[in-house]
Amino acid sequence: MSEPAVADTRRLNSKPQDLMDAYGPPSNFLEIDVYDPQTVGVGRNRYTTYEVRMRTNLPIFKLKDSCVRRRYSDFEWLKNELERDSKIVVPPLPGKALKRQLPFRGDEGIFEESFIEERRVGLEQFINRIAGHPLAQNERCLHMFLQEESIDRNYIPGKVRQKDNTDCWSRPMYIYFYFMSY
Amino acid sequence: MSFFGFGQSADIDIVLNDAETRKKAEHKTEDGRKDKYFLFFDGETVSGKVNVTLKNPGKRLEHNGIKIEFIGQIELYYDRGNHHEFVSLVKDLARPGELTQSQTFDFEFTHVEKPYESYTGQNVKLRYFLRATISRRLNDISKELDIVVHTLSTYPELNSSIKMEVGIEDCLHIEFEYNKSKYHLKDVIVGKIYFLLVRIKIKHMEIDIIKRETTGTGPNVYHENDTIAKYEIMDGAPVRGESIPIRLFLAGYEMTPTMRDINKKFSVRYYLNLVLIDEEERRYFKQQEITLWRKGDIVRKSMSHQAAIASQRFEGSSTADRFQDQSKEDSS
Repeated sequence: MSEPAVADTRRLNSKPQDLMDAYGPPSNFLEIDVYDPQTVGVGRNRYTTYEVRMRTNLPIFKLKDSCVRRRYSDFEWLKNELERDSKIVVPPLPGKALKRQLPFRGDEGIFEESFIEERRVGLEQFINRIAGHPLAQNERCLHMFLQEESIDRNYIPGKVRQKDNTDCWSRPMYIYFYFMSY
Repeated sequence: MSFFGFGQSADIDIVLNDAETRKKAEHKTEDGRKDKYFLFFDGETVSGKVNVTLKNPGKRLEHNGIKIEFIGQIELYYDRGNHHEFVSLVKDLARPGELTQSQTFDFEFTHVEKPYESYTGQNVKLRYFLRATISRRLNDISKELDIVVHTLSTYPELNSSIKMEVGIEDCLHIEFEYNKSKYHLKDVIVGKIYFLLVRIKIKHMEIDIIKRETTGTGPNVYHENDTIAKYEIMDGAPVRGESIPIRLFLAGYEMTPTMRDINKKFSVRYYLNLVLIDEEERRYFKQQEITLWRKGDIVRKSMSHQAAIASQRFEGSSTADRFQDQSKEDSS
């Protein structure tokens, strides 16, 4: 009979975007800098600390701008806590460099400038990947690591409950999204 | 006394009566090649001739009967010995006796039921074929002719859209919508993704079409997933209030109609997988089943008036006409 009709491919209707939403600041700002390595202590009890500065507008973090000092073993502690308590696949830390801690090396070992810089970059990548993970953001250990002056290793592990009573979701929302590993 | 030949003493050949006029359809073979076969639909008559050609015209061919069968069967690759026949028709062409010369036999299988579509998959195959056999004491002589069957449907009465709000608490809320739940194989998926809350850094978003072939029952169920298409619909980071359109043309992909629990042996189902990927390569996805069906090419004269109107309504031809009229008015 007649030639086949063309399928209707017009766009579905949708609400026009609010200009404030379109041009306002995005609500996903999260930046963590790991910098200013300082060697603390004397002799064989020396270690290096780094400044960990977080700036964010994510409401799950209590402080929008925080600054703490952390050492490598603190990062290891965080990695272990997350591996035990959360379901995420935790990205790797930069190496432990045990060989560098042996005596009779020709260089400064773990206090060698180039090594510290390499480690600093690795730690910065690590903490940024972790802090941006929605499941990791639920863990108390992460918040304590980023925003409390010192880490209390005797803390009670747990989740952070973001209960905002002014939230107006009246419709039930089914959380179907799944994570795959990194 | 019969001669115990070690070679074939006769050739057997099956020719369809409408071989000149009948359409052929492309169908994948088990080893991935694509061949053309005669196309049949449910209820059509299968008729033709079986030609038996004697190789040595002087020699008689003793036999225990000549017959032709029409068979529809399901083969599970892990269980090759067992063929599950769901259609099995037979016509005897000659009683036991002997052939002194080459002969042609007519056959007709009237209005044969072909309830399922031909399917060649990863772990299962459903096929229809004619098989002509000359039975003999030691070894039979037989020939098979495969055909392809397509199952056709008309526009479904109910075809609701798929609309859902999903997300991760306080991180990402989206509302996705696909205009239909049932699509024909040359249809277009029209939809949209609306962002209600974006607190992660999204890099891009895509829609995948996944085919899942399920074989086996009970504890031995096996799913074979195959991503047929990956179609990027967004590149870059969206913010709240943004709506991303989807327009995905299905005709470009090799797909079959949805098959549910065919003869209780296997299923082939299709899913749309909406995938969002953030800057750390984390993937967030939501899978949704869609039903695919095969539309007939020609509007047959036997189609009822109502069905004809229904097809026009869904194709949007009436609205297209309205737009045409509008532009004519504007230009005048």
